[in-house]
Amino acid sequence: MNGSKDLQALTLSVVLLALFLGGWQLAVGGSGTAPQMDPEYAALMGATAKGGSALPTPFDIAKEMWRHISDPFYDKGPNDKGIGIQLAYSLARVLIGYFIAAAVAIPLGFLIGMSPLFYKALDPFIQILKPISPLAWMPLALYTIKDSGVSSVFVIFICSIWPMLLNTAFGVASVRRDWLNVAKTLEVGRLRTAFRVILPAAAPTIMTGMRISIAIAWLVIVAAEMLVGGTGVGYFVWNEWNNLSITNVICAILFIGLVGMVLDQALYQFSKLVTYSE
Amino acid sequence: MDPNNLIAVEGLARSFPGPKGAEPVTVFEDLWFAAARGEFVCLIGHSGCGKSTILNILAGIDQPSEGAVIVDGKEATGPSLDRAVVFQSHALMPWMTTIQNIAFAVRSRWPEWPRAKIREHCQTYIDMVHLTGAEDKKPAHLSGGMRQRVGIARALAIEPRIMLLDEPFSALDALTRGSLQDEVLDICAKTNQTTFMITHDIDEALLLADRILLMTNGPRARIAEIVVNTLPKGRTRTDMHRHDNYYPLRNHLIEFLVRRSEALREMVLDVDPRKPPVVFPRADCSAQTPAVVHGATA
Repeated sequence: MNGSKDLQALTLSVVLLALFLGGWQLAVGGSGTAPQMDPEYAALMGATAKGGSALPTPFDIAKEMWRHISDPFYDKGPNDKGIGIQLAYSLARVLIGYFIAAAVAIPLGFLIGMSPLFYKALDPFIQILKPISPLAWMPLALYTIKDSGVSSVFVIFICSIWPMLLNTAFGVASVRRDWLNVAKTLEVGRLRTAFRVILPAAAPTIMTGMRISIAIAWLVIVAAEMLVGGTGVGYFVWNEWNNLSITNVICAILFIGLVGMVLDQALYQFSKLVTYSE
Repeated sequence: MDPNNLIAVEGLARSFPGPKGAEPVTVFEDLWFAAARGEFVCLIGHSGCGKSTILNILAGIDQPSEGAVIVDGKEATGPSLDRAVVFQSHALMPWMTTIQNIAFAVRSRWPEWPRAKIREHCQTYIDMVHLTGAEDKKPAHLSGGMRQRVGIARALAIEPRIMLLDEPFSALDALTRGSLQDEVLDICAKTNQTTFMITHDIDEALLLADRILLMTNGPRARIAEIVVNTLPKGRTRTDMHRHDNYYPLRNHLIEFLVRRSEALREMVLDVDPRKPPVVFPRADCSAQTPAVVHGATA
């Protein structure tokens, strides 16, 4: 029963994809006659001059994607690096910033969750800092850190800390009283209670925070790299826009989506290990 | 203090701060009672008389506003492995299996034990509560009755001097409740376990308890009297109602819960709170006027 539902969903997905690609092909495929136009201007306008669109067809994209995938790691100078290298730069920044944020947010969240005093004291800071767009920190980061790569890591850090911090604090604060009472009546020490009772009890909530954070970090890195330039998939997108290579821009969009999905799925698999049902 | 008493409560009171500006609410006050070694004591009262609070204070999770809990001659101020609690809501860690839940307690009691010894010890208690085969199941895959069995095994496994039960069977269906009561009765008789139980089920109290403490309604609840269970030892769930003393006892308890628990709250009891009247409801006395021994040692 379940299997046939899966099959139906898959069929529908394929049909939708085919419709989308077909529509795209029809919309941008060159047709009709070229209008009267100055030859030089026509050359400048490329496909538009021939009555088509500058947008590539799905086949162009597929060809270009294949070119990227078959040689992802070439390096021909600062403006021409393989997509693999660019994605690796972005991933490295995201992961470094993200793990530093986790290393700060999870212990701090524990503290806030366990102590109402700390919760009250830190709450105003969190409330003010949380809604700030991470990119607003960029000039300050560039001025103080004086390194664009480290600045983008900092931006990732600052944007991924909040969901992890708040979810950890919430998860820790809402551990069932009963479980804490069990630990108390068994004279379990504070540290053992934290690791054997509170951490596993709050783990699913913490993991939710970590999934939200990685998604935000991956969204923000593209924008951050567009700003600071140099390397990374965000820079790649902007560079290809300057090259007016819409094909490559679309390829990059697809790669960003794929990597984001892989990151989320990886954390999802990990969170399945720590969830429990009551 | 009577040296036979393993646990005693002296002048216990607990008040909670009232809503803004209002007087603090005293839930119960001036409680004096004790349980001797190997004794099974039940406390019956309506909701709101602070039954669970009393148990939490005995467990050391909550602190009294006044008075003290004396365990084996020493004042107990916090939780201790001497006193194991079976919680109403079983309170098992859902991410741990049956044996892990019990081992968590055993390791707390004997941190120096090697893994194999802890496992063996846990297995003994798993077998005792008839959970053999469910060692590696998580609570989510156990029925309500089985979960409470794990809770009981966890409490027994640390070999506490006193076991505290907080309405442990109230969330179970009647059949499961009955078989668990039989098992608790059996285990307590075999191990001579000192037990203190909160309940609002009269038949449960009559089956399990040696003495039953009756509380007036809250706030300012007190112990109104102590009923000695006059049914013979070795009673079972299936035959205890045939005993001549069963109905006098049962009627006395119902009468108390239905009428007197409220009426006595208003009255100034002319008794020493340290020595509440002790009654022995029996068939040879009329049920309305049970034998009352004033001033008998509680």
